[in-house]
Amino acid sequence: MSFMQTFLNGEQGLFKPNSLTPMQKLTLRFVVVGLLYYGFAVVEGMIMRMYEITPLPFVTQEQFFAILTAHPLVGIFGSTYSIVFGAFLFLVPFLMKKPLWSIKLANWTFGLVAIGTFVFWFSGFVSHYSPLYTLYWPLPADFTQFSVLGGTFFILGIALVMVGTIFFVINIFKTITYTPEGWQRQNAGALLKSALGLTGLGNLFSKNKKEHLVSLPVAAIARGTVDTAFNAGIIVFTGVLILIYMVAELFGVSLKHSAVDALLYKNWFWWGLDLIADGLVLIFVAGTWYLLATMITGKKLFMENVARGALFVEMVVSWTVWSHHLMSDQAQPGILKIVSGEMVTAFELITQGLAFFITLVTLWSARPLKMTHPLKFLLGGLLGFALAVPAGIMQADLGLNRILHNTQWVVGPHVHVAVLVGLTMTLYSAIYLLLPVLTNGAKLYSDKLASFHFWAHLLGGIGMGAFMGMAGLHGMLRRTLYFNGEYNVYMILAGLCGGLLLVAFIAFFYNVVMTVGLNGVLGIFSRSKLKTKDLVPSA
Amino acid sequence: MVDSNVVLAGQTIAYTCYVLAIMAVMGWFSFKITRDGNSKQFKPGLFYAFVAMLVVIGVSLHIVTHETIPWKPMDLNRAEIKADKEFNITVSDHKFTLPSEKLTIKKNAIVRFNVTSNDLTYGFGLFRKDNSMVFQMQVIPGHNNDILWQFDKPDVYSIRSTEYSGWKGINMIVRDAVEVTE
Repeated sequence: MSFMQTFLNGEQGLFKPNSLTPMQKLTLRFVVVGLLYYGFAVVEGMIMRMYEITPLPFVTQEQFFAILTAHPLVGIFGSTYSIVFGAFLFLVPFLMKKPLWSIKLANWTFGLVAIGTFVFWFSGFVSHYSPLYTLYWPLPADFTQFSVLGGTFFILGIALVMVGTIFFVINIFKTITYTPEGWQRQNAGALLKSALGLTGLGNLFSKNKKEHLVSLPVAAIARGTVDTAFNAGIIVFTGVLILIYMVAELFGVSLKHSAVDALLYKNWFWWGLDLIADGLVLIFVAGTWYLLATMITGKKLFMENVARGALFVEMVVSWTVWSHHLMSDQAQPGILKIVSGEMVTAFELITQGLAFFITLVTLWSARPLKMTHPLKFLLGGLLGFALAVPAGIMQADLGLNRILHNTQWVVGPHVHVAVLVGLTMTLYSAIYLLLPVLTNGAKLYSDKLASFHFWAHLLGGIGMGAFMGMAGLHGMLRRTLYFNGEYNVYMILAGLCGGLLLVAFIAFFYNVVMTVGLNGVLGIFSRSKLKTKDLVPSA
Repeated sequence: MVDSNVVLAGQTIAYTCYVLAIMAVMGWFSFKITRDGNSKQFKPGLFYAFVAMLVVIGVSLHIVTHETIPWKPMDLNRAEIKADKEFNITVSDHKFTLPSEKLTIKKNAIVRFNVTSNDLTYGFGLFRKDNSMVFQMQVIPGHNNDILWQFDKPDVYSIRSTEYSGWKGINMIVRDAVEVTE
């Protein structure tokens, strides 16, 4: 095939969008939009990397902080939520061998997350609304620095994403518990108890052991979804509070900031935010590792019952771990800093360590394995969390936090290595593995490009995190600007590694487009011709 | 009191050793799983030994730092510790207001910094001339924000806000504001 033919119709013309079921199309739409927003986040990240070396003439300081505000939110909501929601809305019915409860509701989730992300990104881009994702009170309502109207649209965009998130939560739990038409009635309560781990918990204290009604990956998705629901609740509540101040200001009434206690606000908001960072991400990732390991090896998971228990512990840990973000807040009670901040946080080393160990042993038990793209990306994801979790445990120590808090160490070796290397490489592994299932057998355009994608992403992600961390150890703060080249050596090296990440993404994107073809990409967004609730076309 | 640079040097060495070790393990693992081998069943004992190791590491980190980083127990017990000198600092409208142009401290004196914000959430950090950090804390409006510190050698430090308070706050630096003398 000529280059042009491949570009238009995909590798060997194997991808036929007309053959896709509505569920396949929906999942692929989530993935395409998620990857586009990942591209947004990478470009934003590169602008900031360059700005940290020398201020760019076409970006004002206000714009820089607007980018800094949008960057993590576009990355988490626009990209990760899209890819994860799309994957789980496909995988839960796939693993439970029954249709999704509502494709219509899933379409609403897709639209709301995609549009909501664009709304908050665009309002930040235009108005330079930039209180950062932490929204420390009363900064989001400081109208001497930020546009009220811009802020209002920003918060509304986030609210749209949260409504889409709540629809996702409903769809997941309804899919787990409902009885499809024509099926023998299923016990919804028993399914829910099994998914949440209550059956397994009861088995520990009962002689009559009950069987698990849902598989381990579904249990992981269910438990992570609980955190997703709580998180959406907290963000909506906080958004409404900020909107009250904004609407009042628009009507010419300035409400008093002191009506809200800044420390109490910081506690509830971090409790909610941490349900993402230390909750659903870790639980979803552990569940995805287990699923990938069993799919790659075709073997049963090592210590499966313990893995179920660890997921339950991780969920409880995620509800009680938030205080490690307030270790430098002197008004925060010392007991919370020690119990929640240090001790509970240390549990994450254990729960994530268990997931790491169980996955490695499952892979080991099936050797020799072929080093496929899903396997190498899975190993990259495992390495990412093996590097990032201990870095986080270190900064969650009262002594070390005094000299690490808000430095580049936090966002480098911990956040970016966890997200870019740990989480994103795990997601890439799932994408490479599920690509044939979701596309009815499309063939990857280039294995060499996929291998380049792997190495460039791995080295770029770890390298960028490392150089940011070195700057942090030398005192470089994470949310300010330096104008005299104080940290230029580290920032130039981090920028080069960031460039590698950008090139890796371009290689991956090009490979995907050449795999399915431009017509294939456009075809994903057209209405499916198959009137079926089946996940994949029946043979 | 041990200098924060010494603690950071120790952390750098420990974390670098760990990073090199885990990369080597993952590299070895990735190579070995593609080769034929004896795929005998893993014994649960090894798993539980690994769990025990994680518990020991998780707990011992905080015990070790409590015993070796002097500002950690001092911070936890700061309500009971009497300071040799106190400075009351206020922050509002993205500016630090100090009790005097230069805060002078005798070497080895225990000093308490009380920092109050009248509007936004800020940070309060001391930095050396090479921009490395001595310490920092958050400054929350409507609450007391205090920190105790003991300086063990003469030097001059700058104050800088370590928390983002909007784009207006990026120049919140008071150069050479703290001087420790013999």
